[in-house]
Amino acid sequence: MDLETLLSFKWGIMTPEFIILGAITLLSLLDLFMPKTVNRKLLGWLGLAGILGALVSLVTLIGNGPESILFDTFRLDSFAIAFKLLLLIGAALVFLIATSYETKEGLDEYRGEFYYLFLAALLGAMMMSSSGDLITLFIGLELLSISSYILVGIRKKNRQSNESAMKYVINGGISTSFTLFGMSYVYGLTGTTNLLDMARHVVMLTDSQHIYLLGLAFFMIFIGLSFKLATAPFHMWAPDVYQGAATPVTAFLSVVSKTAGFILIVRILMVIFYNIPSEGLGTMPLLLKLQDYLAFLAAATMIIGNVIALRQKNIKRLFAYSSIAQAGYLLVVVTSMSAFLFDTLWFYLGAYLFMNLGAFAIIQLVTQKAGSEDISEFAGLYRKAPFLAIAMAVFILSLAGIPGTAGFIGKLNIFMGALVTEPSHYVLVSIMIATTVVSYFYYFGVMVQMFFRPAVEQVKFKLPAGLGVVIGICLFATILFGVAPNIALDFLQTNFNQFSDFFQ
Amino acid sequence: MNVAYLSILVFSPLLGILALLLVPKANESLIKIVGLLATLPALLMSLVVFFQYRTGASLASFTEEYKWFQFGDPSTLGDLFSIKYELGIDGFSLVMLVLTAILSTLAAIASIYIKKEWKGYFMLFLLLEIGMLGVFAAENLILFFIFFEITLIPTFFLIGKWGYFEKEKAAFSFLIYNGLGSAVLLIVIMVLFARTGTSNIEGLTAIIASDSQHLLLSAGAKMGLLVALLIAFGVKLPIFPLHSWMVRVHVQASPSVVMLHAGILLKIGAYGIIRFGMGIFPDQFQEIAVVIAVLGVVNLLYGAFLALVQIDFKMVLAYSSISHMGIVLIGLGALNEAGIQGAIFQVVSHGLIAALLFFLVGVFYERLQTSNIPNLGGMAKGMPITAGFLLAGAMASLGMPGMSGFVSEFMAFLGLFKEMPILAAVGALGIILTAVYLLRAVLGITYGKTQRDFAGITDIRRAEWIPALVLMGIIVLIGVYPSVLTEPLTSTLETIMLGIGG
Repeated sequence: MDLETLLSFKWGIMTPEFIILGAITLLSLLDLFMPKTVNRKLLGWLGLAGILGALVSLVTLIGNGPESILFDTFRLDSFAIAFKLLLLIGAALVFLIATSYETKEGLDEYRGEFYYLFLAALLGAMMMSSSGDLITLFIGLELLSISSYILVGIRKKNRQSNESAMKYVINGGISTSFTLFGMSYVYGLTGTTNLLDMARHVVMLTDSQHIYLLGLAFFMIFIGLSFKLATAPFHMWAPDVYQGAATPVTAFLSVVSKTAGFILIVRILMVIFYNIPSEGLGTMPLLLKLQDYLAFLAAATMIIGNVIALRQKNIKRLFAYSSIAQAGYLLVVVTSMSAFLFDTLWFYLGAYLFMNLGAFAIIQLVTQKAGSEDISEFAGLYRKAPFLAIAMAVFILSLAGIPGTAGFIGKLNIFMGALVTEPSHYVLVSIMIATTVVSYFYYFGVMVQMFFRPAVEQVKFKLPAGLGVVIGICLFATILFGVAPNIALDFLQTNFNQFSDFFQ
Repeated sequence: MNVAYLSILVFSPLLGILALLLVPKANESLIKIVGLLATLPALLMSLVVFFQYRTGASLASFTEEYKWFQFGDPSTLGDLFSIKYELGIDGFSLVMLVLTAILSTLAAIASIYIKKEWKGYFMLFLLLEIGMLGVFAAENLILFFIFFEITLIPTFFLIGKWGYFEKEKAAFSFLIYNGLGSAVLLIVIMVLFARTGTSNIEGLTAIIASDSQHLLLSAGAKMGLLVALLIAFGVKLPIFPLHSWMVRVHVQASPSVVMLHAGILLKIGAYGIIRFGMGIFPDQFQEIAVVIAVLGVVNLLYGAFLALVQIDFKMVLAYSSISHMGIVLIGLGALNEAGIQGAIFQVVSHGLIAALLFFLVGVFYERLQTSNIPNLGGMAKGMPITAGFLLAGAMASLGMPGMSGFVSEFMAFLGLFKEMPILAAVGALGIILTAVYLLRAVLGITYGKTQRDFAGITDIRRAEWIPALVLMGIIVLIGVYPSVLTEPLTSTLETIMLGIGG
């Protein structure tokens, strides 16, 4: 590639990524050369500024038609923009949580790394949402994964942290190899790694053996990626890792990393597998034939997540299972493949982002104060800190899908999508609603602790500014999108034109 | 008439919630006064509408409609899949609104017995009132569901925090049963919405009625949806065997909460069955009318038999509620004008009677710390006025002529005897049992052997007079002058009868 082609690319569409990259470089250099005595929290604020900068530049890119550079490996379509918005907002909130994170083991030695690894992981996630090629997709995935492996184990002197990092790496390695193996089949059959080229190739497939192979590839890719979503069958890591990792890292894994996983899955599923005819030219897409299997995995995830959560005593493990269940609900969206797929996925991921990060901010505050992660530490929170208790109640109600919160509208969207298709997914919807009722048990168990149980000791909470802002924003957004969801839905309609450029 | 009149009515308790935020949490009397005052706007506004309607004003002018949000692309879908904020009333829902407003105010008065954390209590209480008012004013299924769920959360806390010994267990069983009920309801609503593209109740009724060829939904699907609706509202009503949670709640929650619970929340079940079950699926409803009547008789007899052996007065009342809700089902199962009218009458009348009786439970529980019937013996000597009201309430409940209970039972059975005489004859046994268990319980309390010293126990006094007198007054009023209810209900009944082709 000569300089001329290099310069001819429209680099502007990569501005958000460049800003994040710049922030990573700056942070790592500063961390290296700054005297040890300087508080590294400064780096956290710098990183946050970088994310906000990227967010602003991304907003200015809204409305750009589908554009791609670097030989179609990096594309910016409305899908990428819409979901990158979620990633950046999520990462910004996680950063705010991270700046208030304190631990007994003394994180100060690595606090610099702590911040720029978050940014590196975020960059990976952003690359994934914008990639038009299996190679960039995979590199983004690996950047995200490897950064998160280190983040999970960043409390080097903590045994649990090390254990969970080990589990995370091994599970992650296995699942990645599944994905890669699956991808190799698709590559072998089409001779290209470009997603849209692949789509053009597979449409013409008539050989049933080839289609069979692609079906196999589909399962391998999907199962490998279920690791990132923390859905069945690769959900087992979540409770251990969530428990062992530092709370901001847990928050990151449960929100940003999960969002990235869904972005990746939708990209691959909808571009490649939706275009494969099941029995020769012009027949029903292979993906629709495989819908039942997806439905099975979604149902299994919802049941496993919600049922096992009932028995948890550790709040982070509880939220690990809760987030498995939530991922199950999101899989229902993917499974139903209705006309509302993108809108619903976007809205629910957005709602989930606010309600879950808000809850994690409070969890961090309470567990840090108590030095224990037992649910009973929430006892009497209403007396100690009424605002925190009410905010937590709102987040929990939203996760449980009670009206008045964003979670309810999100669920309504999901039901709509699953029922509007022909044939309707009655069974899946019934399972989803039934498991939601099961989830009341453990969600309201936390409420009982906060509101009904007396506190062991009366201590006042000091709300750090960072956490205060996160809780405030999340509370506001959770209620706002519950009462006036039209703000988000209209924004989606006016700016992204039904995601019609997804296949262009 | 007035813009947003209904919205203001429904959300008026919100003012009280905001005002309570400013009141210091230790100021008990001020909190109670603010809590009570906050229920008054809704009461006044609903009474104004009621009297205007009685003098011939139309209710159509109260309808409100605003765009709320929409799924998908508005430019291609138009009005389809959009969810609107729609409020409106007809005679039936107006009656329920008035009932809700009256009982809320009276229950707020009865909340003088609350002993702790008054501020949180009243905030939840007012939120519950918003939910209940909204349920009856909603013209849109999804809006209905939202209000329906809004009643769930405050009730959970009101039971779980301010109840008696096993309150948390009761709160959880309330939550899970009702959670399941509303889950089923949500499935029905979403199926209807996804299939027809609208969630407006009137619109849906029209669409389903015109779909006699079963193009949108197969006949089986419609029947399935109706059965699901019956289950969803059957939990609320409650229909045997979905009733166990309700007994727990009646026994464990504080009397002021039970007044609302027995008076209004259970009635949402009946309202739902009439409005959605009968309203949207009239043809299918006719097919299973026999089942509903049988369920009604089962409820009536089962509740009555169990009430017969209870020694806790609250348990007697709880099973009596189950028994009385059987009469609602009997009336609906008859599927003729008399039956349905009887069912609606029973909804209103039992709401008032149950509220009265539970209020009286609150009155003597406050003084004697027991609701055990033998322990209460001889109340007529110690607290003659309370005992008198108790006896009068029991008379109303067992259907003595001249009181509201008589009118509703009479009409419901009149309806059923016309259609299914044998079943009705079996059911009529229940009326005898009702008299037996109520008289056994109440006579045991008022004239039973005196077990305790009533010295120093005051009788009903001051603010306690208001709920007792008002409820008694309305019960007698409906009993001697039923047209105060029949007239507002005429047009609703006509619509329903038109739907079922009667």
